[in-house]
Amino acid sequence: MLGWTLREVSAALKQGQITPTELCQKCLSLIKKTKFLNAYITVSEEVALKQAEESEKRYKKGHSLGDLDGIPIAVKDNFSTSGIETTCASNMLKGYVPPYNATVVQKLLDQGALLMGKTNLDEFAMGSGSTDGIFGPVKNPWSFSEQYRKKRKQKSHGEKEDSDWLITGGSSGGSAAAVSAFTCFAALGSDTGGSTRNPAAHCGVVGLKPSYGLVSRHGLIPLVNSMDVPGILTRCVDDAAIVLGILAGHDPKDSTTVQDPVKPFVLPSLTDVSKLCVGIPKEYLAPELSSEVRSLWSKAANLFESEGAKVIEVSLPHTSFSIVCYHVLCTSEVASNMARFDGLEYGHRCDIDLSTEAMYAATRREGFNDVVRGRILSGNFFLLKENYENYFVKAQKVRRLIANDFVNVFNSGVDVLLTPTTLSEAAPYTEFIKEDNRTRSAQDDIFTQAVNMAGLPAVNVPMALSSQGLPIGLQFIGRAFCDQQLLTVAKWFEKQVQFPIIQLQELMEDCSSVSENGKLASVSLK
Amino acid sequence: MWARAACLGLRASAASRRRSFTSAGADPQGSGRVTAELIEHLERLALVDFGSQEAVARLEKAIAFADRLRAVDTDGVEPMESVLEDRCLYLRSDNVVEGNCVEELLQNSHRVVEEYFVAPPGNISWSKPDEKGPSHTAE
Repeated sequence: MLGWTLREVSAALKQGQITPTELCQKCLSLIKKTKFLNAYITVSEEVALKQAEESEKRYKKGHSLGDLDGIPIAVKDNFSTSGIETTCASNMLKGYVPPYNATVVQKLLDQGALLMGKTNLDEFAMGSGSTDGIFGPVKNPWSFSEQYRKKRKQKSHGEKEDSDWLITGGSSGGSAAAVSAFTCFAALGSDTGGSTRNPAAHCGVVGLKPSYGLVSRHGLIPLVNSMDVPGILTRCVDDAAIVLGILAGHDPKDSTTVQDPVKPFVLPSLTDVSKLCVGIPKEYLAPELSSEVRSLWSKAANLFESEGAKVIEVSLPHTSFSIVCYHVLCTSEVASNMARFDGLEYGHRCDIDLSTEAMYAATRREGFNDVVRGRILSGNFFLLKENYENYFVKAQKVRRLIANDFVNVFNSGVDVLLTPTTLSEAAPYTEFIKEDNRTRSAQDDIFTQAVNMAGLPAVNVPMALSSQGLPIGLQFIGRAFCDQQLLTVAKWFEKQVQFPIIQLQELMEDCSSVSENGKLASVSLK
Repeated sequence: MWARAACLGLRASAASRRRSFTSAGADPQGSGRVTAELIEHLERLALVDFGSQEAVARLEKAIAFADRLRAVDTDGVEPMESVLEDRCLYLRSDNVVEGNCVEELLQNSHRVVEEYFVAPPGNISWSKPDEKGPSHTAE
C-alpha cells in the first residue's frame, strides 16, 4: 500500500480499507527502518499523528478535504514550518523555529496532508549531491535495492556492500530519498538550478519544476529570487499533477506569483501523440554524457517518432554559456540573500560583542560552511562596482539570450523538449567527493539550470535502469505556464516506459506488498 | 530519419570535443587577480572570511570560469532581471491585515531586552586582525 498512487490511497482511505492513523504509523515505522538513509532531519511524529487523528475524524463523517487528506508528505528543510525546526542543514539556522508556515506547506496542510518531517539537503540548497549539509549526506535508497545489489555481486566479490553507497543527487536529496523509499507519497523540494530534477533522476522518482511564478515562494528560504521554485517529488506523474493543482495559484504574499486563475486539473490519458512535436536540442549532446544516458535519450526520441509524433532536432545556441551565466547570477543573488543572516533577529549568534560588524562576521563564519561562504564571496566579487557591468549585467544579458533561445524554439512549433536530466546514473559517494562542490554543481547542473534561467516548467521522468541497476531519467521541458500540457506528455511517456519499482523487500517486510505486477503503471481511478 | 541524424550528430560531437560543454577540469588557474587588498575588501563587504588559501584559489577559479562570458556578443541586448518582465507586479492595497506577533518574533532572537533586539555597538568599524584571535579557522 505504501507504493500506491495518491488516488489509490485516497480511495482506500475513503472506503475505510485503512485509516489515516494506520497509514501514518506505517510510514513512521518505515522512516525509522530507513533511518540509515539520513533522508530526514526532523521527523514530526507527534504532529503527524495528531493530523492523522483529525483526518480520521473527517473521513468518519464523510467530509474528507480532497485527494491529499490523510496522506503522508515530507517537506525539504528550507521551507518554513510553524513550530517545527527549520535548519536548511546549516549551523546558521540550527534551532530556528519559524513562527509561520510557507504558503505551499500551508496549502498542503489545509488539504489535510500529514507532515511526516523535514528532509535533508545540501546546506542552504547549494550543491548537487545532498552531501554538504551539517547533518551529513543522504544515501540513495537504490544503493540498497535488490536491482543494484544483484549487479554488484556479479561484479565484485567480498566487497563490503555498505561502504560504496550512492549519492541521491541534490540539493533536494532527502525529499527524493523519502519518496523513493516509500516513507511518504509526495515531498516538496526546491529547484534553483535543477535541485528537484537531479535527485529525482538519481532516485528514480518524478521531479517536477513548475513554471516560475506559478507556485508561491513565500516561506521558501530564498537562494536566487529570480530562479527559485518549489519543486514536487512523487512516484508518478499523476501524483505530481495532483500536488501541483493544489499548490499553484496566486499568493498575495508573493508578488512574483502571476495572477492568472488556476484550477486543479486531471491529466488526460493521451493515446495519440501524432500532433505532438518534440524537440531535441543538439547542444545538449555533451561529450561528458554517459553512453547509457545517451542511448536511452535516443531510444526515447525513437519511441515518440514511432508512435507518430514529430521529432526534430532544434538548436539552443547559447547553451554552452548557460552554466557560466547561471554561476554568476546565482552567486550574486546568493550574496544578497545571505546578508540577512546576521545573528540579530534569528538564527545562530556568536559570543563576540565588541561591535556589530565583528559580531556579524563571527556569526557568519561560524554559521556557514565553506560552500556557502565561497558563493557569498564570489557573488560579492561580481557585484563590486568595477565588476558589476562586466559580470553581473553581462550575465543578465546572456540570460536574456538563453531565454530567447527557448522562446524561439517553442515559437517554431515545438511543444516539448526532450533532454537528459543528468550526465550519468548516481555516483558512489567516495567518487563524488573527489571534486569540490562548485565543480560538481557546474558539471551536474548542465541540463537543468538553463530551464531555471528561462523560468520554464520541466519534469524528470524515470525511464529505465542502467546496466548497474540504477535509475536514469529524462527531462521534458515545456512552454511557460503550460505545465498541464507538459505533464500530459510526461504521463504518456511514463506509461510507455514502465519504469520498474525499487525492490527494497527487506525493508518492506511487515508492510503490505508494494504492488501486484511489480510495475508502476499510471492508473486512472474514477 | 531522426535516428540517422542522431547518429551523425553523435559522431560529429565526439570529433568536436574541443568545444566542450563544461570544462570544469580544464579551468585555467587564476591569473593572480585576487590580491590581498581585494581579499580584505571582499571580506569587509561580505562580512564572511575566506578562512584559507584554498578558498582564495576557489575564488580565482570562479572568476576564471565567469570570464568565459566575455565570448558572448551581447551588443544591443538588454539585461534580463526577471522572466516575468512582461507582466505587472502585483501590489496589495496599503492596509494592515497582519501583525501583533511581537512575542513570536522576539522568541527567535538570542539577545532581547524588553521589546528590543540587542546589538553590540555599531559605530566601530570592523578590522579583521583585531578579531581573529584564537578562533581563526584553519583548513
